[in-house]
Amino acid sequence: MNDAEDAITRAYRDEWARVVAGLTRRFGNLDLAEEAAAEAFATAVARWPADGVPPNPGAWLTTTANRKGIDRLRRENQRDSKHKEAQMVFDNAPPESIGAIDDDRLRLIFTCCHPALAMENRVALTLRMIGGLTVAEIARAFLVPENTMGQRITRAKAKIKAARIPYRMPSAADLPGRVSGVLAVLFLVFNEGYLATGPGAGPVRADLTAEAIRLTRLVRALMPEDGEVAGLLALMLLTEARRTARISVDGELIPLDEQDRGTWDPTLIAEGHRLVRERLVAAAAGQVPGRYQILAAIGAVHTSARDIRDTDWSQVLALYDQLVNVDSSPIIALNRAIAVAELDGPESALVTVDRLEEELNGYHAFYATRADLLRRLGRSQDARAAYDKAIDLAGNTAETANLTRRRDQLQ
Amino acid sequence: MQYLVSVIDDMSTPGSSDKRPGISAFNERLIADGYWVFAGGLANPDAATVIDNRGEQQVICDGPFVESKEYLAGLWVWEAPDLDAALTLAAEASKVCDRKIEVRPFA
Repeated sequence: MNDAEDAITRAYRDEWARVVAGLTRRFGNLDLAEEAAAEAFATAVARWPADGVPPNPGAWLTTTANRKGIDRLRRENQRDSKHKEAQMVFDNAPPESIGAIDDDRLRLIFTCCHPALAMENRVALTLRMIGGLTVAEIARAFLVPENTMGQRITRAKAKIKAARIPYRMPSAADLPGRVSGVLAVLFLVFNEGYLATGPGAGPVRADLTAEAIRLTRLVRALMPEDGEVAGLLALMLLTEARRTARISVDGELIPLDEQDRGTWDPTLIAEGHRLVRERLVAAAAGQVPGRYQILAAIGAVHTSARDIRDTDWSQVLALYDQLVNVDSSPIIALNRAIAVAELDGPESALVTVDRLEEELNGYHAFYATRADLLRRLGRSQDARAAYDKAIDLAGNTAETANLTRRRDQLQ
Repeated sequence: MQYLVSVIDDMSTPGSSDKRPGISAFNERLIADGYWVFAGGLANPDAATVIDNRGEQQVICDGPFVESKEYLAGLWVWEAPDLDAALTLAAEASKVCDRKIEVRPFA
């Protein structure tokens, strides 16, 4: 790759969201912002190899994209004299300083993750407008046809316009609730990457986990004081650190207790631990941790242990007890039962797990957990039936492979 | 921007006692703060009549245009600067009426 291509790739990654967000503020129109930004990058691809990379690529792209936006408005106005879009043009305020709470990109993130949009449309729009992924890339990542994904993005933009979803920071009173919506989108992107579904998909989508981490880092840079943002970033880093150890060469999922801990990424773990410690200090000062911070703390306990026997299970269980208080979902209760099994044995864990059947009877991990407990209790027949159910319900190819092997190893 | 704010009722959960004093107070505030355009409560959907005069002969029939568990019990029209402002009011309206509320912009 030559210098110009390299610079364009870097500029695309670093500047796309900023350019789109600045244009959105100026023109008040997501479609126009996106198209003008795309044109500016296309111009860079055409010019930079011949003319050389400008000294400040971000400023060059912003200026070019602004010009493209104005050109576009003029053209559309000539086509349709009734077009009143131009009236929105003149917000000539200089872009706000980077890192300020009301950064253009942050406003764009809150707009794309507005709770009035369907979750799947929020995900699509965020990856397009903030992540700069193409519609084809997003469609591929979520295994839906490209025109379906295109429609989701179009529908989301149309609703923003028709219902007048504002392009601004939520009010202080709304902020906590709205941040959690943003984090839910980012966590969904990460999880789809970490445990990809569908028989045609690879078991792990490193591109999606990387994108989720990149966007969460961005939100963290924009909102450094928010504990749950820090918690989610830590959780993602500590999970991502184990990614390569999680899948065998044959594409089988390797459970935590069998993973080669030497292959975990020490840099990501160190960064994750640093963030968890930061939140522990805040918790000691009286800030009540939310679910992402507690999940990150659980991840920190696991990544601190040299091997599974070395794991501080009583710490894990204490954290799950804390988690149950902020999130009473049956999935949390299921994971808590796994810690109970390590401390008190499989029998008492099974009692808890069985109580969750009604709520979790469509969830593969419920049957997988139950099967493992039954196996440890020597109830092979029952374990086999539970593995069969888990295999039926699991959508991830690596998980299916692991469940199948464990079933077939039963005596 | 004007929003149609629909009060959605549900036969199976008729809601609690008389909400009118609370709704009146809420309406006073909507007027004072400049959001109010129009409001009205509706009679039961059983009282609705549908007329179709697109063909040669007009047809009048009994009942609402769509049979469903949920129905429109009343409506407001609000003037609000954006969806967030409308949603904040709608959250209050839902409490005051003890009903679900749909917020929909005029095109």
